[in-house]
Amino acid sequence: MSVMEKAWIDIGAISDIPAQGARLVKTARGCIAVFRTADDTVFALDDRCPHKGGPLSQGIVHGRSVTCPLHNWVISLETGAALGADEGQARTYELRVEGGRILLDGAALENLAPE
Amino acid sequence: MKEKLVVIGNGMAPGRALERLFEKAPDRYEVTIFNAEPRVNYDRIMLSPILSGEKSFEDIVIHGDGWYVEKGVNLYKGHKVIGVDRERRTVTSEHGVTVGYDKLIIATGSLPIVIPVPGHDLAGVLTYRDLDDVNAMLLAAKSGGRAVVIGGGLLGLEAAAGLREQGMDVTVLHLMPTLMERQLDPAAGHLLQKAVEARGIRVITRANTHAIIATDGDAGPPRVKAVQLDDGTELPSDLVVMAVGIRPNAAIAKAAGLIVNRGIVVDQTMRTNDPAIFAVGECAEASGQVFGLVAPLYEMANVIAEQLSDNSTATFSPSAVATKLKVTGINLFSAGDFSDGDGREEIVLRDASRCIYKRLVINDNVLVGVVMYGETADGAWFFDLIKKRTDITELRETLIFGQSYAGGAPLDPTAAVAALPDDAEICGCNGVCKGRIVTAIQEKGLTSLDDVRAHTKASASCGTCTGVVEQLMKVTLGDAYNPAAVQPMCGCTTFGHDDVRRLIVAKSLTTIPDVMQELAWSTSGGCAKCRPALNYYLLATWPGTYKDDNQSRFINERVHANIQKDGTFSVVPRMWGGLTTAGELRAIADIVDRYDIPTVKVTGGQRIDMLGVRKEDLPRVWADLNDAGMVSGAAYAKGLRTVKTCVGKEWCRFGTQDSTALGVRIEKFMWGSWTPAKVKMAVSGCPRNCAEATCKDVGVICVDSGYEIHFAGAAGLDIKGTEVLGHVATDDEVIEVIAALVQLYREQGRYLERIYKWAKRVGLDSIRRQALDDVDARRALCERFVHSQKFAQIDPWEERAGGKDAHEFAPIAVLTELEAAE
Repeated sequence: MSVMEKAWIDIGAISDIPAQGARLVKTARGCIAVFRTADDTVFALDDRCPHKGGPLSQGIVHGRSVTCPLHNWVISLETGAALGADEGQARTYELRVEGGRILLDGAALENLAPE
Repeated sequence: MKEKLVVIGNGMAPGRALERLFEKAPDRYEVTIFNAEPRVNYDRIMLSPILSGEKSFEDIVIHGDGWYVEKGVNLYKGHKVIGVDRERRTVTSEHGVTVGYDKLIIATGSLPIVIPVPGHDLAGVLTYRDLDDVNAMLLAAKSGGRAVVIGGGLLGLEAAAGLREQGMDVTVLHLMPTLMERQLDPAAGHLLQKAVEARGIRVITRANTHAIIATDGDAGPPRVKAVQLDDGTELPSDLVVMAVGIRPNAAIAKAAGLIVNRGIVVDQTMRTNDPAIFAVGECAEASGQVFGLVAPLYEMANVIAEQLSDNSTATFSPSAVATKLKVTGINLFSAGDFSDGDGREEIVLRDASRCIYKRLVINDNVLVGVVMYGETADGAWFFDLIKKRTDITELRETLIFGQSYAGGAPLDPTAAVAALPDDAEICGCNGVCKGRIVTAIQEKGLTSLDDVRAHTKASASCGTCTGVVEQLMKVTLGDAYNPAAVQPMCGCTTFGHDDVRRLIVAKSLTTIPDVMQELAWSTSGGCAKCRPALNYYLLATWPGTYKDDNQSRFINERVHANIQKDGTFSVVPRMWGGLTTAGELRAIADIVDRYDIPTVKVTGGQRIDMLGVRKEDLPRVWADLNDAGMVSGAAYAKGLRTVKTCVGKEWCRFGTQDSTALGVRIEKFMWGSWTPAKVKMAVSGCPRNCAEATCKDVGVICVDSGYEIHFAGAAGLDIKGTEVLGHVATDDEVIEVIAALVQLYREQGRYLERIYKWAKRVGLDSIRRQALDDVDARRALCERFVHSQKFAQIDPWEERAGGKDAHEFAPIAVLTELEAAE
């Protein structure tokens, strides 16, 4: 398998995540936060705020952003970038939704640098 | 490495110097302040409004504790400096703290002059200089009686007016023939005397104090009984305030071998004869003068900030100063030099029936002095003419009628402000000119008075120019300036918190999407600021029917534990009133072992905190705590946190009531319902107050005759003693009053607004009336609280240990080995 190919992994159903909420995917190399917005769009980001590593999955989801629970940085779910006056970037992961199931790109996970 | 800057004194001048220095060279110095007063920097000009009851201490704080933390300043409160070692460059305080410096600022201020007449050291003789003096005066005024104020200058008259306002019978003694002779000419002094007397204050001029007479020794320790004048007159008095002047406090500088004349002698760069040491404020002597008004002191402060950030061109040269008397209802303004002299001419306007007096002193076609009484609106304009030495030949005919007449402009205050030149000084205290304010408004997009104060300091000290600053905002912003504008809840709406609450009730809005739809929210799903607030408002308005929106809650309230910096949580079980048992402690010990909990700590609220619990372990930890009879301590909640108690009369030899049992009863009655912000309570069994009830949101002090109920204290970034709500006789009344108080707060408080801030906003009297005095209103409030408790007193841990919100505590997927989907 080439590392450039996508390797979609089924991680669960959209309905497993509360609207305007998030769940975690645990991997050997750290946690990924999977967010569901009010309009049922799903995003995946590293569960680490670029500011001080706060768990973004625990934040309040609003529109297409999440507010970090530790120091209130607002992170874009689409780009992973800190919004407003703050600067920083959380890594994002590609995913697909098919028939209500969420598929995460396993190839991208394999490419993660070890912690 | 940072250079070390030590400051002796924490008054307005060094406060300003540091503020400017942090703007110019934010990271250059490591700053240590020694303050002999046990508090933060406050606006000393505003002591008089405190004495008269128009303001409280919180209103006049310039730098709260948070400022020192934020700026990394090491502040030693209550540390008097006893020695400066110039060779080793160290400063030592009376408590033995020694700190080295590269640069030292001496800002020891001034001392009030005490006339050394016999009896000057008796109890009941005070000076008027700092907050302690004001508090002592307020205490003395409580019991009424007679006060004699020695000194009819600015401070003396403000003290007299304040004491009169507090209900005392006041006499002012003044040595000179007319009041405030340094600032006013005799004619204005007479008008002032009439106005002071019209307030029921007796004024005796040409009064030379001979002695202060003590009470007889039989009735306790001797204290002041009367003031005797040179002519033998005896004025009975319970309180004597000496307000005859100040002298620079240069003792520490003198002891360190610096040159001291009247004050600490400094050059134009504010350096003493030791180039590493600066002096600023009332203790400094520059160009042979010492200063007591704030404007020149702030100029000195600016020069020091410039010098410390390597701008060696900044120098201090004294200029004309203006004076205003801060007694509500008396308008008085003077500036410049208004003594008679050769070549001086004057223009006088006297309107006796309207009590208006204006006098302009002119020398060589230049205005050099102005005295105004009764109507002072043109003060800034005249002061500007003085400072700029404007040739007034052209204006002379109509000069005395003020700017609007002289300039031919319409008699509209806004137009008058618009007509001022850009370099006209608006705020005398802070030396802020019109141009700087207008530029700040335009460039920084300022729209509120608070913003303008924050950015420019204009009207941020004595506040008398507030009206002019507001007119300036009106001129600059036009219709965009609305002084009554409310602060919107957040960027998603233009409505303020109070409007949203009112509309939720008026339009019967019952869900967050309803509110956003009906009130035209500008975002689709709100933000992290408005959603938790709306959730609370709906919950408080519709108890029992509104369905709590978990996703609009901060994580701590969503999972009923406190998030820590590493993403783990802390767990605090309730210990009612701070009581625990061997069984509970044993269970906690077992749980700590079982779940490998790294830290166990006793909290400030008399509870036990288990820190570092993994999120997925939370439901099992709670189940085990439930099994041992413990429920959630709500240490995360905007709701009742803890009721701290002392051991009370069950054990303590001083206890007057069973404070522990009362605390337990209050906690069992009050836990559960959500409030706008957290609520901490305490019950002390006697006035020794071991439970520290007087800095809590709600506190009870037990006394022999019953219970004193306190509220609106704070002990976080802000520190504030409580206010007394009132006294009740029985513990049943305690419960009803506290429930009514908390319910009123639940109904009126803005989200995240603590009780002390709510109380300040709505007023203590209105709270006291509804939660205590009006028995029907109080009962109705209590009943509404009891109703909401029906739906709130459910242990959230038990629910979650039973499976509720299970998705919160488990990952959606665990990918230990990566495998591709088909």
